[in-house]
Amino acid sequence: MKKHGNRKGLINATASLISIALGLIFGFVLLMLFNMPHALTGFSNLMTTGFASSEKLAKVFYQSAPLLMTGLSVAFAFKTGLFNIGATGQYTMGAFLALVGVVQFRLPWWAGLLLGMVGGAILGSIPGLCKALFNVNEVITSIMFNWISLFVVNLSFNNMPLMLANAWGAINKDRTASLTGAKFMAYNPDATIPKAGLDQLFGSNYMNIAVIIAILIAGLVWVIMNRTTFGYELKACGYNRFASDYAGINAKRNIVLSMTIAGALAGIGGGLYYLSGTAQYTLVKSLLGMGFNGIPVALLASSNPIGTIFSALFVSYIQVGGDALQPEYSREIIDIIIAAIIYLSAFALLMRGWISKWFLRNQTENINAESIVTDSDEDATESEEKAE
Amino acid sequence: MSEYVIEMLNITKKFPGIIANDDVTLQLKKGEIHALLGENGAGKSTLMSVLFGLYQPEEGVIKKDGEVVKINDPNDANRLNIGMVHQHFKLVQVFSVLDNIILGAEQTKHGFLQKKEARQKVMDLSHKYSLQVDPDAMIEDISVGMQQRVEILKMLFRDNDILIFDEPTAVLTPQEIDELMQIMRNFAREGKSILFITHKLNEIMAVADRVTVLRKGKCIGTVDVADTTVDELAEMMVGRKVNFEVEKAPGVLGDPALTVQNLVVGDKHHGKKKVKNVSFSVHKGEIVGIAGIDGNGQSELVYALTGLVKPESGAVYIDNHEITHDSVRARNDLGLSHIPEDRHKYGLVLDYTLAENLILKNYYSPEFQHFGFLRFDEMNKYSDALIKRFDIRSSQGGVTIARSMSGGNQQKAIVARELSLQPDVLIAVQPTRGLDVGAIEYIHKQIVAARDDRKAVLLVSLELDEVMSVSDRILVMYEGEIVAELDAKSATAQELGLYMSGANRQTRMEVEQ
Repeated sequence: MKKHGNRKGLINATASLISIALGLIFGFVLLMLFNMPHALTGFSNLMTTGFASSEKLAKVFYQSAPLLMTGLSVAFAFKTGLFNIGATGQYTMGAFLALVGVVQFRLPWWAGLLLGMVGGAILGSIPGLCKALFNVNEVITSIMFNWISLFVVNLSFNNMPLMLANAWGAINKDRTASLTGAKFMAYNPDATIPKAGLDQLFGSNYMNIAVIIAILIAGLVWVIMNRTTFGYELKACGYNRFASDYAGINAKRNIVLSMTIAGALAGIGGGLYYLSGTAQYTLVKSLLGMGFNGIPVALLASSNPIGTIFSALFVSYIQVGGDALQPEYSREIIDIIIAAIIYLSAFALLMRGWISKWFLRNQTENINAESIVTDSDEDATESEEKAE
Repeated sequence: MSEYVIEMLNITKKFPGIIANDDVTLQLKKGEIHALLGENGAGKSTLMSVLFGLYQPEEGVIKKDGEVVKINDPNDANRLNIGMVHQHFKLVQVFSVLDNIILGAEQTKHGFLQKKEARQKVMDLSHKYSLQVDPDAMIEDISVGMQQRVEILKMLFRDNDILIFDEPTAVLTPQEIDELMQIMRNFAREGKSILFITHKLNEIMAVADRVTVLRKGKCIGTVDVADTTVDELAEMMVGRKVNFEVEKAPGVLGDPALTVQNLVVGDKHHGKKKVKNVSFSVHKGEIVGIAGIDGNGQSELVYALTGLVKPESGAVYIDNHEITHDSVRARNDLGLSHIPEDRHKYGLVLDYTLAENLILKNYYSPEFQHFGFLRFDEMNKYSDALIKRFDIRSSQGGVTIARSMSGGNQQKAIVARELSLQPDVLIAVQPTRGLDVGAIEYIHKQIVAARDDRKAVLLVSLELDEVMSVSDRILVMYEGEIVAELDAKSATAQELGLYMSGANRQTRMEVEQ
């Protein structure tokens, strides 16, 4: 068992690392293209900023928490054979309900997080239900619900005076209340996620226990996926719908549950980010990138919940490094470069295929000759059958 | 001039991890029918693919009429007048018979098709070899036997004189097989040379002049059919003596365990009914075999019995309990086991390990879970026991990913899982598909043992031999109906063939008796 697990793990890890390396090389080429003289310093900034100071490191952790949650959300659905492209909508809805909880209803932060989880879960369940009951592709439904979620949230905030920043002493009303403003602190001191001394340890206001919560949830997701009958059913549905039908597994129920849980995870992500006290929800007409970035985070980790922890940290690290490229590079160019790196990193899946082939070719002597002949012969006939 | 039209000398073809053909030599004389015999995975298809230009061998040469030739692709093979009827036909379903025959060899004038001459040539060939076809019928509308004739005409149209038949009898009724054999003999008499790939020994004895036997990629030898026996060939093919007879004592019939009444199953895509008003029952201690040519409603019948498809009307009972609308899980819990026809689509989660696949039907039982957590130690204990008992071979035991196992062992895993559930009713569809002779023997024994253990067994198979040797009672399905019921002891292949092809049928009265 060990031997096999190790090889698979090795292939996955190697594939991710090669993809990351390729992404970084491509990022460097882009840096040279946009601003040759600063390319080298720029690249070194990109690579080292995250570790340059404890303050920057705190920012890496701070951003990685919501990324990890949306990454888990996408990964969870992937394992069940579903593509949750709606993580951003679920994340937005999670943020909304979490903020409404702590502002409008003066609830403590953990209650806000739970509300956010419920919000994401409800939003995630809709594409799941559509898929299970009417066989509507979950990608289409989730994309539509991303926009529905965004505009419902913006509309609601606009009509909830208490939620907006100007109700708490600020002049602007294009964003939600700052949870750390003096007036707000007097109103609901428990609204923000506790820092538990981490802020002092890192010397940064950004640091709180969000990343720890997210990592614990990643562990929980791993346990559900790999240790429970529920996870066994979900993965069976994901790998082979027909076989799970044949085994009497209720595929429809599992599709709904899987999307609901995926939504809940993204919803917690929204809560973790906006209850930090350092972020305010801005009323803009574009979807939040945090949800979409969950997709490369999940792909880079080959949908492994534990791997997601590391890939979320990596993406967050690159983003913090990207900020240090200013002012030599403009904000938009930085976004392009980061996007390119993440994009190439997500090639891990492709890379994994190549690497496993390479492994196979190099391990031929270990493999029982007889079994392979049968396999290849059978595959040939089977693919022919499909072609017909 | 060489005695041989085609010689494949010392061919070696390697794939990653395996030598598919190891120093294989095959020599085909002009005007002979030469059989190529071997089990699944022995390398027959690979060798023919080399001859047809689909693979390039690492070593060895191919000679045509004594001269070395290089065959890079099927077009080269065609130029050398080598033609092949593939096991799975290569026909365009929505084209007419004529269009399929000329496809790739069209005669044109100023870029326009000249079908008139082609039609004449096809009709002439059709008469000459009594290969009756309707040139204007669509492929999708004609029977499988007819489609095979189209494939044969395709070769003749191209003036091929070296004809390769890859497992041509698998889809035919006994009568159609006889016809095909006659056609092959006619070809040989005319000086065409035939390579006949098969694993059915009696067909070789009936039609072939010489036979080359492959085993595990190696050439075991070439013998004259006149000088050999079925037993000898079987031993060459498998490497040990084989017992073809399924040994079984007379069964003790009990109460009906599975009862089907007036079952009607529709087609998902068309309005057509796939199963039409079928009624039968399977008693405890009895094996009922369903014979029929592929696509006559057997699959749909099984789907409806196992709960994968909802029937339009009718009723299904296990013992006296109606299960017509029960879920798959509920049926399983009532003691229904199902060995599915498609092991990759239904039978296994290929990306799961062998152990995980072995508990696919009972992972939720208290034995394997505790408050929703899987008990891996129990799972491994259980799978190790099954692996040992059913001799399932894999590279790493229970943790082997099912996808990496050979087809035969995948099948054994499914059989092991289903039989270990201690079912009251076992529905086995093509349980020995793609297995070697030894494994077939074993699985047949297990099925008979289940019967002797007072289980009811419904065996659905396209292999007539299997239905005849394992069953106690045989039902024949034709176009969604049960057209005959026969006692397995007295039924003959000829008789079954007539029912299977729709040429004969018992009246409803007779069936019900």
